[in-house]
Amino acid sequence: MRIGMTDQEADFIAAIQPGDALTQLHPNHEKAMRVQGIGFAIPVLIAAAVADWFAPIFPGAIFLVVLGIAMILILRLPHRRFAARGFAMSDDRLRVVRGLLFRSDTVVPFGRVQHIDVDRGPLERYYDLSTLTLHTAGSHNASVHLPGLNHDDALAMRETIRAHIKRESL
Amino acid sequence: MEGIAGETAIEEGEPRRTDPLSFIVKAAVLLPQLALPTGFAYFSVTRDMEAGGIGRLSLILLLIAALIALNLGIAWLQWRRFTYRVGEADIRVESGLLSRSARSVPYERIQDVSLEQKFVARLLGLVEVRFETGAGGKDELALAYLSQEQGEALREVVRERRDEADGVATDAADTAEEATINTQEQARPLFAMGPGRLFTFGLFEFSLALVAVLAAAAQQLDFLLPFDLWDPDFWMQTFAGPGERIAGAGPVMQFVGVMLIAGTLVIAGMVTGLVRTFLRDWDFRLDRTAKGFRRRRGLFTRTDVVMPAHRVQALRFTTGIMRRRFGWQGLKFISLAQDSGAGNHVVAPFARDAELLPIAHAAGFTPPPGDTAWKRASRAYRIITAIAEAGALIALGVAIEIALFVFEIDLFDGQEWAALIPVAIGVAAGIWQWFLWRYERHALGTTQIYVRTGWLAPALDIGRRVKLQSVEIAQGPFARRFGFATLHLGLAGGKLAVPGIPVDRAREWRAAILDSIATSDFSELV
Repeated sequence: MRIGMTDQEADFIAAIQPGDALTQLHPNHEKAMRVQGIGFAIPVLIAAAVADWFAPIFPGAIFLVVLGIAMILILRLPHRRFAARGFAMSDDRLRVVRGLLFRSDTVVPFGRVQHIDVDRGPLERYYDLSTLTLHTAGSHNASVHLPGLNHDDALAMRETIRAHIKRESL
Repeated sequence: MEGIAGETAIEEGEPRRTDPLSFIVKAAVLLPQLALPTGFAYFSVTRDMEAGGIGRLSLILLLIAALIALNLGIAWLQWRRFTYRVGEADIRVESGLLSRSARSVPYERIQDVSLEQKFVARLLGLVEVRFETGAGGKDELALAYLSQEQGEALREVVRERRDEADGVATDAADTAEEATINTQEQARPLFAMGPGRLFTFGLFEFSLALVAVLAAAAQQLDFLLPFDLWDPDFWMQTFAGPGERIAGAGPVMQFVGVMLIAGTLVIAGMVTGLVRTFLRDWDFRLDRTAKGFRRRRGLFTRTDVVMPAHRVQALRFTTGIMRRRFGWQGLKFISLAQDSGAGNHVVAPFARDAELLPIAHAAGFTPPPGDTAWKRASRAYRIITAIAEAGALIALGVAIEIALFVFEIDLFDGQEWAALIPVAIGVAAGIWQWFLWRYERHALGTTQIYVRTGWLAPALDIGRRVKLQSVEIAQGPFARRFGFATLHLGLAGGKLAVPGIPVDRAREWRAAILDSIATSDFSELV
């Protein structure tokens, strides 16, 4: 693990800083969500197939409907969710936007960050992704999660935020 | 372990593991958990021993051993993969086998380091080091376990680093403050309630819920009573004396009887309210000491709570439907959660405006000035809420009525109008939204934010803009279609939100609040 920032990371930080424009998450995040969707769909499909087998209606009625819904959820939803997500990091705050139906647009000032997590599950590790979590003292938004970052970018963002905390209080 | 040769010297930058012995402690916790399934497996096998014989038993024992070994193996790997590092600016912990997680806690945010010893750990001379931050509770960092010396050394290092970072020498100031406490202690309290005030307060604490419960219980359980509770004759005899029954005055008697029962219930409710209030708030006293606000109250269990003044995050003025008419209000502090459990402290439960003002000032808050630009929630938000609440209930009532009519079911014992009760509640809910639209207000002052909620018993929240932790604009599908939002403000120890705010105003407020927040760091607030 490295502490110093490479040029590439510095470029990344510089790129996401100015203005209000949202930065998209890493494209791998969409793939990871799709894999997650498949993992969720398989047991449901198996259950549907079993139900189909025993149900007294013409074969395939249940399974095909469930399969159709699953296909939409796997093919369409991850992309739309991915497109709905984004973040913006400025000098002293991080903005996290997410949600398709229920939109949420959260801003956490670095001066209010208590501690910072960088977490990655097996799937995220495979896709070289990380989830950056900022913990605040507030009861609402006690932890603000930003998933789908490239791992190195997440580490660079953590360093930037931590450095800001230090600078701020000196 | 080689890496931790110099026990007391905590070196910078290099990742370290927790004490190897901590693996034993974890195993000691783990094994009893395995005992139950193991025992279960064992008995289920021995029960049909005859069938399998000794070979099968040994196979099972082998399986159990494998299970234990697997669990211990995972625990060992987890121990191997858990490292912490005392860095230049923060403490870092990395952990996890398949899922990796890395946490960074800056020294500036560490409020205290505590060492904890549970039984097994204590036998082995180990401590659990906990780092307290503003985040509180489950999200805090803990190192389990380090050797005692190492834990203490780490605590020293962290405290030094933190004080360096803060740049404050706190000890001298603390003792000076302590001296002032003692002199101030004798002074007049900021707020106090005598028995007279408590009595009035108790009357308003009339427990309607209790009355309802008693009435319901009396109806259900009257067979237990040695007399007929609902028989007016009994009450007349009891109160007027035997032999004085007035014959032929049936309806009047019944009315009197009902009034007597109602009176009994009301008195029971009042007495309960009084007793509860006296027990809880006897000799209520709030002092402003140098350490903060000190509240003492209680008759049998007397509590003594000190709330540091700088930890007060927001104020909440509350009132009741009746007490409001007589000019009574209560005041609560919303304070950082880790102070004595609840983040919500009553500092004056029952007081006049003039008494609350000095308390608010002492905590650094001011009530909304006369020229405050109060705003209402968006009309669309109210209309949609009314439609959603009222619509659902009205539809339900109508559907039931139609179903009863069509299928000719006699569900309500001939009283079909009962199905219209949801309709009535629905209509009431819709009208309620109209009143809320009229009475609920919010405003953004130069340093404070004001949120007024409720209609009959309105509450007013006052938050300091700099003391907020985060700002979120949340919108559901309707909110986006009709241009309103809920503004969630991160408040330590409580919640503060403005529902139904027009989205443009929400953005404006967020920008203004974030600018206020950016002027200071958390460490300056706590």
